[in-house]
Parts: sequence; structure tokens; C-alpha cells
Amino acid sequence: MRTKWTWVVVLAVFALVVAACGDDAATTTTAAPTTTGAETTTTGAETTTTGPAEQLVFGMILVGPYNDRGWSQAHYEAGQYLEEKLGARMIYLDKVNTADRPETTVDQVAAQMIGEGAQLVFATSDDMRDGIELAAELYPDVPMVWSSGDSAWPEAGAAYRPDLANLANTMGRMEYGKMMAGCAAALSSEAGKIGFLGPLINAETLRLASAAYLGARYCWEEFRGEDPATLAFRVDWIGFWFHIPGLTIDPTQVANDFVDSGIDVIISGIDTTEALVVAGQRSAAGATVWAIPYDYHGACDEAPQVCLGVPYFNWNPAYLRLAQSVLDGTFRAEWEWFGPDWDDINNMETSGIGFLPGTALTGENLALLEQFIDGLADGSINLFTGPLNYQDGTPFLGDGEVATDVQVWFMEQLLEGMVGASRPS
Amino acid sequence: MSVLARSRSAATALLPFALVLVVGVLLLISVSAPPLEVFRLIFQGALGSQAGLSTTLMVWVPLVLAAAGLVVTFTAGLWNIGIEGQIIVGAVAGALVARTVIGPPLLVIPLLILAGAVGGMLWGLLVGVLRVYGRVNEIFGGLGLFFVATGLVVYLVIGPWQRAGSASTSGTDLFRREAWLPRAGGWRFSWVALGLAVALVVGVYLLMRGTRFGLRLRAVGRNGRSAFLMGITTNRHLLAAFALCGALGGLGGALHAAGFHHKLVPAVSGGYGFLGILVVLLAGFRAVWIAPIAFFFAVISVGSTQLQLRLQLHSSLAGVLQGVLVLCALLVGGWQLRRAHLSRRRAEEGG
Repeated sequence: MRTKWTWVVVLAVFALVVAACGDDAATTTTAAPTTTGAETTTTGAETTTTGPAEQLVFGMILVGPYNDRGWSQAHYEAGQYLEEKLGARMIYLDKVNTADRPETTVDQVAAQMIGEGAQLVFATSDDMRDGIELAAELYPDVPMVWSSGDSAWPEAGAAYRPDLANLANTMGRMEYGKMMAGCAAALSSEAGKIGFLGPLINAETLRLASAAYLGARYCWEEFRGEDPATLAFRVDWIGFWFHIPGLTIDPTQVANDFVDSGIDVIISGIDTTEALVVAGQRSAAGATVWAIPYDYHGACDEAPQVCLGVPYFNWNPAYLRLAQSVLDGTFRAEWEWFGPDWDDINNMETSGIGFLPGTALTGENLALLEQFIDGLADGSINLFTGPLNYQDGTPFLGDGEVATDVQVWFMEQLLEGMVGASRPS
Repeated sequence: MSVLARSRSAATALLPFALVLVVGVLLLISVSAPPLEVFRLIFQGALGSQAGLSTTLMVWVPLVLAAAGLVVTFTAGLWNIGIEGQIIVGAVAGALVARTVIGPPLLVIPLLILAGAVGGMLWGLLVGVLRVYGRVNEIFGGLGLFFVATGLVVYLVIGPWQRAGSASTSGTDLFRREAWLPRAGGWRFSWVALGLAVALVVGVYLLMRGTRFGLRLRAVGRNGRSAFLMGITTNRHLLAAFALCGALGGLGGALHAAGFHHKLVPAVSGGYGFLGILVVLLAGFRAVWIAPIAFFFAVISVGSTQLQLRLQLHSSLAGVLQGVLVLCALLVGGWQLRRAHLSRRRAEEGG
């Protein structure tokens, strides 16, 4: 008898809750735009002045926290840039990974965003391949972008998915940013020991760690006149793009290990700022150590006194192009790999890759770094030029051979001279 | 029962829910979130669309299976904190089948389900053996084996089962489509998973209520020593409880890997084991209540995604809300138990 009453009460309470707020449910869900045909006739400038009915609604799926001062924040701020430039509306969800949100998968998030009216969905992590490809299959009429991916690149071999005509890819040529980071590290290091705090191992991270090494080796040799063999460059991987307690190695621990082993510059390859934070703490405790964070233009702020600079992604130009193409009806499932605007790599309107020197970089070293950047800009310095060997001695590039995009994108190992795992042990 | 007594008992039953609502509303107001809108969004997100409802059902499956298993161990007086590890090992065993057995779904899926149950059962039995023969308290044994299971799954995902050209803790390659649980028409949940879960929850209810085994297990749980003196094989019953609970948890893990993620991810257990403990506590250890309570939790965890999507509320708010609700319900439950106890004693003394 008592059980029955409890049931009645539970149902009554829920009925009340649902009833109390049920009436406005119908109205809020009809806000989605009705036609796309009208939009194709308007230009981007005009859409900013039109009402919400023609507003571009886009989804932004972030792998980490939106305010991580790293990878995810860079995407989030590009989303805000679209809101400002196009009068668009962003629907975002952060921490979309199985550890933080076990009840969510990327395709389900995409479905929810589309249900709320998103006409374009950005999946902004390498980790989202399966989910966004599935979503693109399920919603073939909704344009989607997988940032850092290669599903729309005919050269990508097995990864190429020509069947997904609504899934584009975009990525920045961060090799340049990492070369600048490596150069700044080699110019500043007193011990000649550099540590690279790596995320997980894949073609992208092998490429970027190697680029940092190439930049460091060049500046060590050319500007400091040292023998490349005396430069120690160590890579340690944590297992994911950021720390997940229990599942990855703790980047704070790795960074501290670097300092304990005599490394005095840490280059971060992960989404978050642990390397810089540890360098700040150890420096305050008397150690001589600097760090170079990654991904986000404001990343130095957490410990500017030890920050040599930050190579960062500026997704604004790429995302604006993509969003505009959706508005114009010209969206295509294409792969793009954008570079810096060499006229001004820190121009937030035009340059997709930038490097902001930090306050810890001396004026003398800054001048040398700028000289290096000029060399990259005019093509007189191309570090992906042979002879270069992979870590195990197998040739990567022959003598004088300049790497193609495919060779750089799909690096298989770290380079000879680097210490660290090219494959999981 | 008189009308007065009825309304009194209804009022006592209402109390926890009223308190939970009031505290929940206060919490939301304190972070300047509109409470009605929050509840509406949660329910609408979890139940208001095909996609939402499908996800809720697929989350409900491992949660309710874990809770059903825990009813068995709790009845035997055991705190099987290690359920989370048993879910993981079940998923690993299921993934092993998905990766190695090549054949039609009719062959792969039953094998995968069986493997999940066996994997979880063995992991559960291990806790039981440590407890019964090694005198290791099941809380410590279970927790230890949970960490071992986590280590195992991370090792597999980043090592031998890594994706081609990559070593990331994010997960293995997707299973072959033959190993995905078949979906229900245009819906994204699986009848196989849902049907199994419902059948097994009913099965556990009947087992605990209507069988000699259930009665004996209860006797063991109430007082192991006197049960033993009464001629019940205590150890065998404890081991059986662990095996059953592990099998249910492991099954949930395998179903979740094959039906939800379609691959093995290190976080496959998703905290559903720990959440299952709360479900059973809230249900007062009774099998009949776990299905709706687990469903309620599934609704909250799936629906709360909406809070950020629609209201830009911080993503951890749902977790805080859920924790506060559970705490309130437990407090009220404890207080009611205590009151019932006191009034019974007073009645005994008075009489």
C-alpha cells in the first residue's frame, strides 16, 4: 500500500514540474531558421544586419575546457569571432571526450546541435574522427568541419572518405610555429637541453615535435655556432591531449622530471599549460628554466616571467572562410592546410599561425629569432630538406630532397638525434 | 488503512522529493540559473527527441545492470565497490571478441555478450576469492582490482590494440560493423541491450524475492555466522553473489562498448558502477526501485548536456546538482529510518 502511494507521489511531483514549464517548450524549439535558399543571395556583410531568422547558427565541439588557455580556447575564441563578424550564433559544448562526458559521443553532440538549428558543425579535435565521420554519414545535408583531420584529402590514403561530401578539414601549418619555438628554445638554453612535453603519438605530433627539433637544431648550429650533436632534445608523451587523472601520465610530473634532469627549456605540445606553470614554480624556487606553451595566443599569461614565447593557432581566418562558404552556398568538402601570413604572422585577421615572443626572451635572441622567421618567410630556410633520417636511421628525405605535404603530414617517426619514443613501447 | 494514515504515509514519502526539489531549486538560484528552465531542459534533452531518448536508454542499460548486480551483493552484506572494474573487464572481454571473431552479427554479438558476462564474472569472483579465502575486505580488493582493470584497459588501448599509427588513450579503432549492436529501426538504441537489461532486472527481482537462494543470501547478509550455523554454505553464497554481480556489470560494459561507443575506450565504465551504488542506496536495496531510479539518473546525466548548450551553464553544475540531490535523499532516508526505529522502540517501551 505504501509503495503504491509513493509511486503516486513521485509521478505527481514530476507531472507538476513538467506541467509548470511545459507550455513554453513548443515556442523555444521553433527558433531554427526556416530556409537556406534566401541566404545564398545575401553576402556576409549583409547578414550581419538581418534579423535572427537568417542568422547563421553553428555548433562548436571542443575536446577540452573552453577556457584552457590552449587548444580549445583558441577554437572557442574563433567561434566568438564568427559571432562578431557574421552576427552568427555559436552553440558550443566543451570537454567532449569519453573521460569527461562518458554519456556523450561526438555524433550525438552533433545531432543535438543540429536539432537546435546548427547549419554548420565544427569538431575541433583529432580525437573526434569516428564521431564526426559518423555524424557526417547520418546528416549528409549539414556541412561539418573536422579541424586537424584529413578525411577530405585525396592524398590521405585509407583515411580519405570521398563518400562524406559534407565533411571538410582545416588545419594550420604549425610546423612553422614549432620551428620558431625550437629556435627560441635553442637560443635561450644554457644547458643545451630541451624537453618536449608531448601529448599522444600520431602523425601530427611526430610532425610537430620533429619541427621543433629542426628549428632548435638550426638555431643551435647557425646562430650559436654549436655542434648539433651537443644539443639534447628529449620527447616524453603523456598519452592524450591533456591530463586525465588515472588515464594519462601527469604532465606536471613530466615537466618536473624534465627540470630535475637538467633540461632548462620545456616546449609544450599538449593542449594545456602545465609546462609553463611548472617552469614558473621551479624558477621561483631558484631553478633556471623557461617554457614555451602552445596553441593559444594568451598562453604566456600564466607565468610571463619564464615564457619565451608561444606558437599559436588563430582559427579566425579559416573559420570565417568556412562559415562564409556555408552562407554563400559554396561549402565544399575540402582539406586545407593554411600557413602564416608572412607579412605579419601576428595579424589576427589574416594569419592562421602566429608566434608571440615572451618577455623572458632577451632582446638579442629576439633579433636572432626574427632573422630566423624572415628566413622561413622568404623560403631561404626550409628545414624539411634532406638529408634527414628517421630516429632508427632509415632515410626520411634524401640529400637535397624537399619534403612534400604528404611526407610532412604523415611522418612515421621522430627524427634522428631526438630522444624519446616514436612508437608506444 | 484509514484515510488519515494514508495521507500521513504519503506525506512521509513525499518529504525526500520535496526536500530534494527545494534544495535543487535553491542551488540553481544561487548560481543564477532559472530553475524551471533547467529542469525543463534536462527532461527535454533526455526524453524530448529520438536521439535524446535513445542515448538515455543506452546509458540506462549499464547503470541498471550494475545496480541490479549490486542489489545481489548488498543483500549478501557486501560492498562491491569493485563493480566499476568488473564493468571494464566485461567491456575488454567483449572487445576481444569484437576484434578477433570474424563472422555474421548472429555469431559475433552473442559471443560478445557472453564474453562480457564471463569477463565481469571472473573479475568479480576474484574479489570474492580475496575476501573469502584471503580475508581481504571486498572494498579494498574491489578498489585495487578496479585500478588494475583501468591499467589493463589503458595498456590495451595505447599498446596492443592501438589505432593504426597512433598511441592515444582515446580508444581503439571502431569495431567492425558486425560487432555493433543492431539498432532499433531509425532509433539509435539497441533492442538487444534494452531487452537484456529489462529481463535481467526482472530476473534479479524474482531471484531475490521468490527463491530459496535469495532468502539464504539475505540470511548470510543479515548475520553470516548464524546463517552458517543454520547450515547455509556462507562462503559459496558470497562467491555466488560476487559472480552474479560481476557478470551483470561485465555484461553492461560489453553492451556499452558494442552498442554505444562501438569501440573500447578507457573510460568505458563511465562511473556507472559508482553511480549504481547510489542508485541501490536510494532504492533502499530493493530491486523493484532500481529501474526507475537508474532511469532518473540517466535522464539527469544525458539531459544536463543541454544546460551548457542552451544556457551556457558550467558543465560541472549537473554533477553538483546530482550530488546534492543524492545527499538530500540519503539524509532524509536515514532520518526516516531513525524515526521509524525510535517510534517502534517507544511503542515497545510504552506497550
